[in-house]
Amino acid sequence: MSAHRQTNSEPAYNFAYLDEQTKRMIRRAILKAIAIPGYQVPFASREMPMPYGWGTGGVQVTAAILGSEDTLKVIDQGADDTTNAVSIRAFFAKTAGVAVTTATEDATIIQTRHRIPEAALQGHQVLVYQVPIPEPLRFLEPRETETRTMHALAEYGLMHVKLYEDIARHGHIATTYDYPVHVAGRYVMDPSPIPKFDNPKMNDCAALQLFGAGREKRIYAIPPHTQVVSLDFEDHPFEATKFEHPCALCGATMSYLDEVVTDDKGGRMFVCSDTDFCEGRRAAGHHGHLYGGETLSKEAAE
Amino acid sequence: MTAVLARGFDQPVAQSQATFRAVMQALANPGRLIAFRSTLDTDTPLPVNAAALGLALLDFEVTFHLAPSLSAGSVADYLRFHTGARAAKTTQDAALAFLDLAKDTLCLADYAQGTPDYPDRSTTLIALSTRAETGMAIAGPGIKAVGTLGIAPLPADFTVQWAANRAGFPLGVDILFVTEEGFIGLPRSTRIVGGV
Ligand SMILES: [Zn+2]
Repeated sequence: MSAHRQTNSEPAYNFAYLDEQTKRMIRRAILKAIAIPGYQVPFASREMPMPYGWGTGGVQVTAAILGSEDTLKVIDQGADDTTNAVSIRAFFAKTAGVAVTTATEDATIIQTRHRIPEAALQGHQVLVYQVPIPEPLRFLEPRETETRTMHALAEYGLMHVKLYEDIARHGHIATTYDYPVHVAGRYVMDPSPIPKFDNPKMNDCAALQLFGAGREKRIYAIPPHTQVVSLDFEDHPFEATKFEHPCALCGATMSYLDEVVTDDKGGRMFVCSDTDFCEGRRAAGHHGHLYGGETLSKEAAE
Repeated sequence: MTAVLARGFDQPVAQSQATFRAVMQALANPGRLIAFRSTLDTDTPLPVNAAALGLALLDFEVTFHLAPSLSAGSVADYLRFHTGARAAKTTQDAALAFLDLAKDTLCLADYAQGTPDYPDRSTTLIALSTRAETGMAIAGPGIKAVGTLGIAPLPADFTVQWAANRAGFPLGVDILFVTEEGFIGLPRSTRIVGGV
């Protein structure tokens, strides 16, 4: 930890791990990110006691906004019980003493990797995304100075060219994850590797959405009730993924499904990726064709 | 420096976080009053909510500017002592700028607007004010359909100044109005769409 050069008297123990100086720097970045929706604010990312792949950007954003009154939920690919989600939840329970939950509706802060919960989020909630690569133009232009200029000029033609190449090659836009969005009519933004199924949930969402990229040192935001449009073309409009099957456990027909192996004989089934949503539906009496009273642990099944 | 300065946060970790969260909600929900009453001692040289905001966001990495009505007393000493922040030489150099709408002239264009590559390098205005029951209609990110901005006093040319600020988007300043009841945010993304 860096020395505290400012004069606020502070205990040796850091609430939520980060020192106060780092939190203030991240907080200032968050305020700018909210004021300029979709713009990537640089910040001085700190080392966290976990590997980068575990979402240190999201962890730092959560640490900077978290208070003792918060209730935290952490999901990884929609599930609360993966190693990554369990570890991050335990990290904040230990370093901040906050309440944790797996119930989407009970959470005030939800940190996520690769999914948006199925349940509609509320105005008092904050959704924090773990972002590996925040720059949507990076694969078109590796130089940071160039992408920054492209954003400054709102020069997004190349982005459309890339998507159009998809159409030329596949007959449709083949990008299914990390599908770029246009925020509030200005910045093109990377939504993190969520499935494009989730993209429509970002639009007019009641909750504040914050994005943290640790390795690339960027924070960006979508305020509540902000227009978020997935890039598309008049003759090839954006289409969210649709599933042919309902969830085998809860029968849901409107959720994002994962294919999971059920036994060592190659048996498979499609179940909700959002485990809290699926369990809630089963508890409410909705059952799919393979429901047998079990609760499925995603890690156990994989 | 005056002999005795008012105290800062007794619980800096919790008080900074609580202040920041209220400010974050204010900026994320433009025009909406986010109720907040800082637990700072009331003898601060700034109204307590404004003092708390300064303590929560300032440190040695950033600078602050005080409008004329706030620059005579011990405000600068208070902020410097408790945060380590430096006073900005000009409005253009300020990360945070404090002013009292009842006493100071408001000129948004005087402050740092950011650059096309780094629009975040702009000033956030901390405007001491009071809440008005009626206000202007506003729209934009953070606002479901149409919201209301009820602030007093605002200069007669505020809508003209704000239109110019909005026209420069993504450049521009953001305003945090600070009242005894809490914070009201006005980020640069907000448009004023109707009169009182
Ligand atoms: Zn299900």
